[in-house]
Amino acid sequence: MKKLLNTLYVTSQGTYLSKDGECVVIRAENGQKKRFPVHVLDGIVCFGNVLCSPFLLGHCGEKGLALSFMTERGRYLAGVRGPQSGNVLLRREQYRQADDPVASADIARSVIAGKVVNSRAVLRRCLRDHGDRVDAGMLERAVCTLDECARRLQTPVSLDEARGMEGQAAGAYFAVFGQMVLQDEEAFSFDGRNRRPPLDAVNCLLSFVYTLLAHDVRSALEAVGLDPQVGFLHRDRPGRPGLALDVMEEFRSFMADRLVLSLINRGEVRARGFVTKESGAVFMDDDTRKTVLTAWQKRKQDEAMHPFLRERIPLGLAFHVQAQLIARSIRGDLDGYPPYYWK
Amino acid sequence: MLVLVSYDVSFENPDGKRRLQKIAKICENYGQRVQYSVFECVVDPAQWAQLRHRLLDAYDEEVDSLRFYFLGKNWQRRVEQHGAGEAYDPETDVLIL
Repeated sequence: MKKLLNTLYVTSQGTYLSKDGECVVIRAENGQKKRFPVHVLDGIVCFGNVLCSPFLLGHCGEKGLALSFMTERGRYLAGVRGPQSGNVLLRREQYRQADDPVASADIARSVIAGKVVNSRAVLRRCLRDHGDRVDAGMLERAVCTLDECARRLQTPVSLDEARGMEGQAAGAYFAVFGQMVLQDEEAFSFDGRNRRPPLDAVNCLLSFVYTLLAHDVRSALEAVGLDPQVGFLHRDRPGRPGLALDVMEEFRSFMADRLVLSLINRGEVRARGFVTKESGAVFMDDDTRKTVLTAWQKRKQDEAMHPFLRERIPLGLAFHVQAQLIARSIRGDLDGYPPYYWK
Repeated sequence: MLVLVSYDVSFENPDGKRRLQKIAKICENYGQRVQYSVFECVVDPAQWAQLRHRLLDAYDEEVDSLRFYFLGKNWQRRVEQHGAGEAYDPETDVLIL
């Protein structure tokens, strides 16, 4: 079984990463120097002005480390991959199925079913824990809508119908999402998703955590030899990791959304940790970003029962397991793609 | 698993310094230096076989000594740190710089 390895996040500006033997050496502007052996890591994420030597890039490619560059705010800029590896036959089959509307609809349906069921579980968890502090009627109505969607997704649907279900479910879910913010409701008010740029603190947190999730899912897909660009639910668009977005859907609500909610509700992020620019865009400061990164890393170490494997695994490994499962269903070794249902 | 590697390299013959550097280099590639000639290496069995092989290749069995301590998978409970020096846990620490 694969081991959950650590991810290195570099947020200090002006740092230089280089390779020395089998190690990453990190030199900060103030002369501080740190080193980590490459084999304890499975990815490096650089924020803002961070430089990497070409030899380090090559070494990461060779060892299968995912290396991503983001802006300081967490928008994805570029990723570096080594020589293309993995199974070309699997990738070809992936492309064939992505071109086939029936096969695509099947995988898209599983992915959305996973998303809907997990979103519903998040709402139900909130009702159970804080039923007295939220508008229970509204939340219950949203749960009903999601139930309805989940039921309709049990039988085969066309790709467009599947997308319609997703839209309906997401609409119902985000309509009540703001209800689940229980701390400092004024500063963390939420009415609907917005991004590029995010216009409030909650959207800012959500977008940031989604990019972290995307990095991890993408590297898991690459590790099993799939092409993260070619999705089934998300159609091809240059520069968009379609398949990574597909697989992310299942994880968004319980990994990312709940993380954001608990950071706010436990008071770990505060209103003063956010800056509003003249354009209306909201950004977080360095300390808040570190808090979020720490929480994300900890979240990945939480263990849960995998619904398909029936084995307890860290959530961070669940990305890799789902990547394996989707590869197997593309190969035809499984009858369908079993999404990750969170309990 | 965690393996603690410690070594003593003799400087009696002129070759000693080079051996010392070589051994230090090998250890650095697999773990972190926690004291001058003590390294903590978190490795899987295959990596350990590699590391051990390289070390045994580099030392001089007549005059140097190598000691390996196997602290297993749940090593976190078995290590205490006091005083100067800062070590990280490569498995669970959040690596943000």
